Amino acid sequence: MVSEPLLQISDLAVSYRTRSAPVVAVDGVDLVVHSGETVALVGESGSGKSTTAHAVVRLLAGNAQIERGTIRFASQALEGASERELRNVRGAQIGLVPQDPAVSLNPVKRVGEQVAEVLRLHSLSTRKQAALRAVEVLDRAGLPDAATRARQYPHELSGGMRQRVLIAMAIAADPKLIIADEPTSALDVTVQKVILDHLQHLVAESGAAVLLVTHDLAVAADRADRIVVMSEGKVVETGPTAALMSDPQHEYTRRLLASAPSLQSPRPVRTLPREDSAAVEHPLLDVQDLVKEFPLPRTAAGPSSVRAVDGVNFVIHRAETLALVGESGSGKSTTGRLVLRLADPTAGRIQFDGTDITRSGHAATRQLRRRAQLIYQNPYASLDPRFTVAETIEEPLRVFRIGDKASRRTNARELLDKVALPSAMLERRPAELSGGQRQRVAIARALALSPDLVVCDEPVSALDVSVQAQVLDLLVQLQADTGVAYLFISHDLAVVRQLAHRVAVMRNGRIVETGTTEQIFNEPQHEYTRELLAAIPGQAVAEGVQS
Amino acid sequence: MMRRYIAKRIAQAVGVLWAAYTLSFFILVLLPGDPVTAMAGQGMDSAPVDPARLEALRAEYGFDQPAPLQYLEYLGRALTGDLGDSVATGRPVTQLITEALPQTLLLTASALTLALLFGGALAMAATYSERRWVRQFLLSLPPLGVSVPTFWIGLMLVQFFSFRNAWFPAFGNDGVKGLVLPAVTLAVPTGAQIALVLAKSLSTTLDEPYIATAKAKGAGRVHVHLRHALRNAALPALTVAGLLVGALMANAVVIETVFSRNGLGRVTQAAVAAQDIPVVQGVVVYGALVFVVVNLLVDLVYPLLDPRIVLAPTRPQAVAA
Repeated sequence: MVSEPLLQISDLAVSYRTRSAPVVAVDGVDLVVHSGETVALVGESGSGKSTTAHAVVRLLAGNAQIERGTIRFASQALEGASERELRNVRGAQIGLVPQDPAVSLNPVKRVGEQVAEVLRLHSLSTRKQAALRAVEVLDRAGLPDAATRARQYPHELSGGMRQRVLIAMAIAADPKLIIADEPTSALDVTVQKVILDHLQHLVAESGAAVLLVTHDLAVAADRADRIVVMSEGKVVETGPTAALMSDPQHEYTRRLLASAPSLQSPRPVRTLPREDSAAVEHPLLDVQDLVKEFPLPRTAAGPSSVRAVDGVNFVIHRAETLALVGESGSGKSTTGRLVLRLADPTAGRIQFDGTDITRSGHAATRQLRRRAQLIYQNPYASLDPRFTVAETIEEPLRVFRIGDKASRRTNARELLDKVALPSAMLERRPAELSGGQRQRVAIARALALSPDLVVCDEPVSALDVSVQAQVLDLLVQLQADTGVAYLFISHDLAVVRQLAHRVAVMRNGRIVETGTTEQIFNEPQHEYTRELLAAIPGQAVAEGVQS
Repeated sequence: MMRRYIAKRIAQAVGVLWAAYTLSFFILVLLPGDPVTAMAGQGMDSAPVDPARLEALRAEYGFDQPAPLQYLEYLGRALTGDLGDSVATGRPVTQLITEALPQTLLLTASALTLALLFGGALAMAATYSERRWVRQFLLSLPPLGVSVPTFWIGLMLVQFFSFRNAWFPAFGNDGVKGLVLPAVTLAVPTGAQIALVLAKSLSTTLDEPYIATAKAKGAGRVHVHLRHALRNAALPALTVAGLLVGALMANAVVIETVFSRNGLGRVTQAAVAAQDIPVVQGVVVYGALVFVVVNLLVDLVYPLLDPRIVLAPTRPQAVAA
């Protein structure tokens, strides 16, 4: 290891001005990255990890201010560098791979142009050369058919391809340090694995150092030489990956390790009372040959359509959890919407508790709403910001005219108690709640009518790992108490293993494999299932932890 | 695909023209009195008008018929391109309008150009400035520009630039110099609205993650502003500019009167005063035509600015699962 570190952050403090008082986001952080080294900065949302990373290139939000500390990069002080000095560092010496590929590319410029821009800005090549070199770099970043793709716009590329474009921008000028801010958290697991593998390969080739910011300890364990754990603006633990994972010193690191789903052994899922043959013969939900087509824009070839759901069959029994697993675009969310009659199927049959609801009319669908509910992915968007918690939870009761005002309030209080929130929260509004608390409110609302079935569409993917674990525990507990069945839609096999009885793996609108959770994880039959399982990060470490 | 889209838009435009024609007709009919009485009242000599003569005139122009019949007759002729003759002057309406239209188009087009240039520059400057007070000051100008009446701005400009300093003529249609004051007057409220919308849109765009990406590449602030933010932020401003063309035409009526310019505004003002239904109808149809054409052009420009916009009729795409 080189004696002079490439990046040295000492006693860094950053605060955000707010209307009331300044909020300290980073409080005395020390961090060192040596040349050629990959350091992972791990923490949950609000830990200050992204702020620390962005402070290095001084790309902080307008209301942020560096209070104290020094940032030395290649013997240059960045904390007080001028705009002009920073421009020479950004892109040329430090490449940044941003978080969300969906919104991090300029939508009105061709991707090749956007990569070439890095070279042009730092006068590394002429206009003509830049276009050619951009294609080369895109190719190096693993974009298939780079010459064609370079002429396309971001919206014409998939999420994985866009992330490759962003990586291409970061590596275009051969920087000494690459800061990757949650580079793959918005992507499917299989894509995540391929991209991280590729990034690792590129870095090994060029000898650049990487500062990898991630909330996922498993990803950090797979990729980093050293791990720095942050919590509430402070570094709580630093160490070589192997040592930190096998023998975490700080209590917070231990908690983080314990709640990461992919690093955990599967919890014993309560087996179903299968002796009751009547229950097996009369499933709660029976879906047969379900098809949903969406029309595509007319082309010269005439009208065409895409099959989002293509002949799907499954059953769900009472008090059972069926997980529907697949990557984005596999048709799993559409299937969930069809089951709840939020969309009309093109063909097929849906039976709910023995009644055919495939083409149910308005009144019958309304009755279905009493018995089948939905929990959405994003608790930040699915609650009405103007409703208090009480109003949100009472709304289903109100629209079905159940009970009077007082009894509904009592009901709301009980529901809140069930999801382990204090009744003092009844008068709060969503903005005053954390992500986990909001999702608990959404769960309470879904349970208000004591439904038989709840469709959970990625209920924990927007939450921090430690909160994820709590919400999953809650869902399992509620099932044990009330006998509700879940259709649990998720892209994350590690999460699914924590609570599903059976798993159906979906790809391109079809179910490729169905089985009990044990069967799917221990003896996967379909090649795609095996691929998905192999992509779960942190497996080597998980085995180490368990043994 | 493109041809289908344009055909559809032209069909829509015909509908708009018809609606404008019909609405203006019935509003004019509902007004008390009729053109013949108005004409008689305007006579310089105050000699009493022979009622029988008035009746004859009414019959000649068809004003003795019930309104729906009059409407059908006018509409029938309008469809053949004949907008009738002016009641007040006896000249064909199409001729009156085609004579006046170029002056008004020149005025509104210059005003729109000025508005886009200065409104755009103001919005750019306001969002570029890092000093809070500069930003606040610049952003307080557009609301002022919108709220001050156009005719008052016109009078102030004339007072200063024509009467006190005699730099520009106060009235008339003489060349470029005569165009300056009315065009500037007309451009103030339009430019202010464009500046408001563009500044808002720019400041939203500058918070987008792809702007941070551009900065992370080492782009300077000017580069980010011009190359990345402006094109993304331009769409709402363009939409507003298209809609403002209608307001420009309406304001031109006032401005041409204030500056005694010949043009469609003057023709309109005179026709309304005389309740000259055929002329007013003609002006409404031409105004609607300009409005519809400009907005069609705006819609055709959208996909050039933003590749994500496709003009062909689309249905909702498959939702990602």
